[in-house]
Amino acid sequence: MALSNANEWLERYGNDLYRYAFFRVHDNDLAEDLVQETLLAALKAQDHFAGQSSEKTWLIGILKHKIIDHFRKTKREQPVDDIAVEANRYQDRFDTNGHWKSPFAEWHNPDKSLEQQQFWEIFNECISHLPDRLADLYTLRELNDLPTDEVCKLLDISTTNNMWVMLSRARMRLRDCLETGWFNAAPQQEL
Amino acid sequence: MLTCKEVSELVSQSPDRPLSFRERFGIKMHLMMCNLCTRFTKQMQFITKATNKFMHHAEDRLDHNQTTQLSNEARERIKKALDN
Repeated sequence: MALSNANEWLERYGNDLYRYAFFRVHDNDLAEDLVQETLLAALKAQDHFAGQSSEKTWLIGILKHKIIDHFRKTKREQPVDDIAVEANRYQDRFDTNGHWKSPFAEWHNPDKSLEQQQFWEIFNECISHLPDRLADLYTLRELNDLPTDEVCKLLDISTTNNMWVMLSRARMRLRDCLETGWFNAAPQQEL
Repeated sequence: MLTCKEVSELVSQSPDRPLSFRERFGIKMHLMMCNLCTRFTKQMQFITKATNKFMHHAEDRLDHNQTTQLSNEARERIKKALDN
């Protein structure tokens, strides 16, 4: 199969690439740059295109690498004190005996939420309220099949164990955020 | 016997970290007697499920109608870069 040229890729897949990038790096300029870099890299690499996947899949694959590179370059400079802060937040839920301090309610029909656009908007908001490194960690883990120690190196996380703790804190935050913003917020329950 | 605090910690790490037999057993015993932790565990499973769905298709979930698009200026700029 002959490859179409780069301008045609731009024409056909430009929007797809842009959307893919934008919803992962949350920045317009950066997403545009990533599209450009992707197409340039694709142009250089087109001889290697094996034709096993569709052009679009192939281009998205290149884009993923570009996004990972971006994370690599902008390695967070902030110190790892976020782990301590998160630890306190977590500690606060339990009394000295390790019991839950206050009870919480069952979530009503959560799977139904997955089909609702509004739910995903809230979900997105909750993700974007995560501390930067936690949000990056999530995105990185999805993008790649990088081994854990690679991810840790990329984000300056000292040990795999710390990464597990960070991920579990992120999950806790998402839980709390969805509880307040969705499950305990009345109107949607009627749907 | 594990405390609620320990159980919730293990449960929220379990999507990433393989738990040992001992840990899994400890959780199971605890959940048999603890409603709150059972509830919490279900909620965490839901969070994991939702996160996976979201992460893999964020652009489709948030942008059904595909309104997010490359601007014409960006298009021109990229075209130029490709021609060089």
